[in-house]
Amino acid sequence: MAAGVATWLPFARAAAVGWLPLAKKTMPKPPVDKKSRSDEILIVNVSGLRFQTWKNTLDRYPDTLLGSSEKEFFYNEDTQEYFFDRDPEMFRHILNFYRTGKLHYPRQECIQAFDEELAFYGIVPDIIGDCCMEEYRDRKKENQERLAEDTEAEMATDVPLPPNSTPRERLWRAFENPHTSTMALVFYYVTGFFIAVSVIANVVETVPCRPPKGSVKDLPCGEKYSVAFFCMDTACVLIFTFEYLMRLFAAPSRCKFMRSVMSVIDVVAIMPYYIGLVMPENEDVSGAFVTLRVFRVFRIFKFSRHSQGLRILGYTLKSCASELGFLLFSLTMAIIIFATVMFYAEKGTKGTNFTSIPASFWYTIVTMTTLGYGDMVPNTIAGKIFGSICSLSGVLVIALPVPVIVSNFSRIYHQNQRADKMRAQQKVRLARIRMAKKGTTNAFLQYKEDGGLQDHDSDSAALCLKNRSSFEHQHHHLLHCLEKTTNHEFTDELTYSEMCMTESVGYRTSRSTSLSSQQVVSSSCCPRRAKRRAIRLANSTVSVSRGSVQELDTLQVLKSSAVPQSRSSLNARTEDLKLNCEQRDYTAAIISIPTPPANTPDESLPPSPAVPGILRNSRSISSFTHETVKISSL
Amino acid sequence: MGAVVGTLTMQTKQRQPSRDKVDDELEMTMVCHRPEGLEQLEAQTNFSKQELQVLYRGFKNECPSGVVNEETFKHIYAQFFPHGDASTYAHYLFRAFDTTNNGSIKFEEFVMGLSTLLRGTVRDKLEWTFHLYDINRDGFISKEEMTDIVRAIYDMMGKYTYPALKGDVPKQHVDAFFQKMDKNKDGVVTLEEFVLACQEDETMMRSMQLFENVM
Repeated sequence: MAAGVATWLPFARAAAVGWLPLAKKTMPKPPVDKKSRSDEILIVNVSGLRFQTWKNTLDRYPDTLLGSSEKEFFYNEDTQEYFFDRDPEMFRHILNFYRTGKLHYPRQECIQAFDEELAFYGIVPDIIGDCCMEEYRDRKKENQERLAEDTEAEMATDVPLPPNSTPRERLWRAFENPHTSTMALVFYYVTGFFIAVSVIANVVETVPCRPPKGSVKDLPCGEKYSVAFFCMDTACVLIFTFEYLMRLFAAPSRCKFMRSVMSVIDVVAIMPYYIGLVMPENEDVSGAFVTLRVFRVFRIFKFSRHSQGLRILGYTLKSCASELGFLLFSLTMAIIIFATVMFYAEKGTKGTNFTSIPASFWYTIVTMTTLGYGDMVPNTIAGKIFGSICSLSGVLVIALPVPVIVSNFSRIYHQNQRADKMRAQQKVRLARIRMAKKGTTNAFLQYKEDGGLQDHDSDSAALCLKNRSSFEHQHHHLLHCLEKTTNHEFTDELTYSEMCMTESVGYRTSRSTSLSSQQVVSSSCCPRRAKRRAIRLANSTVSVSRGSVQELDTLQVLKSSAVPQSRSSLNARTEDLKLNCEQRDYTAAIISIPTPPANTPDESLPPSPAVPGILRNSRSISSFTHETVKISSL
Repeated sequence: MGAVVGTLTMQTKQRQPSRDKVDDELEMTMVCHRPEGLEQLEAQTNFSKQELQVLYRGFKNECPSGVVNEETFKHIYAQFFPHGDASTYAHYLFRAFDTTNNGSIKFEEFVMGLSTLLRGTVRDKLEWTFHLYDINRDGFISKEEMTDIVRAIYDMMGKYTYPALKGDVPKQHVDAFFQKMDKNKDGVVTLEEFVLACQEDETMMRSMQLFENVM
């Protein structure tokens, strides 16, 4: 219901008195409103900026934060006001929504910030008024596209493969991202070279060469050196066929691959050769055969795998399909109209070129596109008048959709440029983030090494720990509690991988768990790889080393773009928070390893406390998530 | 030649009225009605100053021009009854509130109506209801008028009711009503008959009490 309608409700209820004489039964009791009737002015303090409004204004939308009792959670008894620690500039717009009933989108604000504010105050963005809705939608779509691109970019590139991928997967990757391995790069350039050779050969073989001795007529080179050209063609086709078959073999989804544009181009590029081999040297059929050779020119489209600009162009045309369709349709209409008119205008003339309406199509097209070959010209006055109208309208009709296509192309091109730059900067950013995080995680380990976990009886220990903030103290205490809970300890990557190597052999034999867990154990040895494996084995046993915080760091970094920022100051742990929210499969992967046999931890734990043993234990993952849960409740 | 000039002049003449109409429309939207002073309204109605203030703030927010026209009124009222068609009943309601019969409800009319309904005596309320039912304002409620009103009310219920509306339920309802109200069985109900019959009806009197606290 619209906002203002709430103000009319008392009126509608009062008007219900008019039903009373007709009513057969007693009216139900009205709801008792315990709150005070009188309207009061509320003070809403948003980060220091005080807004004052009537209570009724806020009550207009009872399903939002400010309109419901949820705002009582933000009530400050001492200052008798509602305090929100949010952006005061944005709040203006939110409050205006209550006042006027229309939500406006401020153009200078970031769309995501705005969305977050709306989500906080419980306002659905669909309420945005018509005046601002289009702008809002455009910005939102743009933003989403950008994010999708970013995640795609992250996903697609340069993350090292798990070692256990089949040769097939490796092959596919080599084809898709030639930069990953030298072999792939070599193959990429070789195919590129052969495409070029093939296209040039096709072109050159039609050039007239000097005729062989004893003949006067000029011969095209193709016929003079037919054997040479045939050999070159064969070589190219062999390479292309080989490439196509390899791609077909490596493709994860063969059907999808076969339907893709690039594979169709590949097929069309090589088919003519084979058809030509199969077909007999027959006079009748050779005409058709010659037509087939035309398809060899499609090999030039294979370059689009090598050139991104071509791909962008293709994508632009695809996205402007409707404009192009409109252009085509309007042109067709105009051509038919003008061709008809010209035909009938020129009908009377002797020896005219306009022999039929289809014949006039040619004249119309040439005139409308302002080509004007001059092979067909009107002779009558009427014909000339209509001809001039035709050329004028042609200019208009063609000029109309072109700006749309151009702007589309420029937008896509810029997006692409940006994507490339982002990818380049991404690596640097990731590295820096990882460095920063390592610092904070290591803080806890450092803390432990400094003996922080011992009782503070020794002065020296107490002194060296003084520099830490109270926040850090509490945080470390928390981590310590967790360690005590799980009877395991945190460690760093290096120590862990060492453990990994030494224990994997003994571990496998000592545990009688399912085969999959064994596989997982060996593969989750090294932190990064566990990510892929973990996601895939969501329902099976996943054991991730608790100590490899870095692994989860990489995990979250890949997810970071999709997850909203939490305002927790635990920057090291915010990732885990998000992890908790996003990776449900982790929590679900509560391991079905029967029991962590009590003796095993003792066996594999080396006696020295300084190097704690790491158990790739199921509980570790659940304990980790418990930890994240704890933090989120802070 | 004369014909050409004639058509041209005709064209210009025709254009003038349309431009005036546009100007008129602009003028109308800028008309702003301001209610009489707060004290006067307080004296005329049974509301306190604060209540009037709250009412006016809501009213002004919805209708910055100070008046509600029938279309807006119908639209607002329809929001409360999404299941059925409230436009007919809203029309009768609008006429009941629009005491000056000029096609728009000013704030004073609005507040007077509310005052009668919420803070008035039983007799005032019954008189108001009588005026609501008496569509042609002739002082009598005829069966046709009542049928119109009852049908309008049933229209608000919409199609999907439980139990389903079978037969001519409005007519039956009207017959029952007249049975009760029309004492001298002359086919019409006068104000006195109406008030008397209602005061005898215990259920109704009880229900009236419930509506005191809407504001």
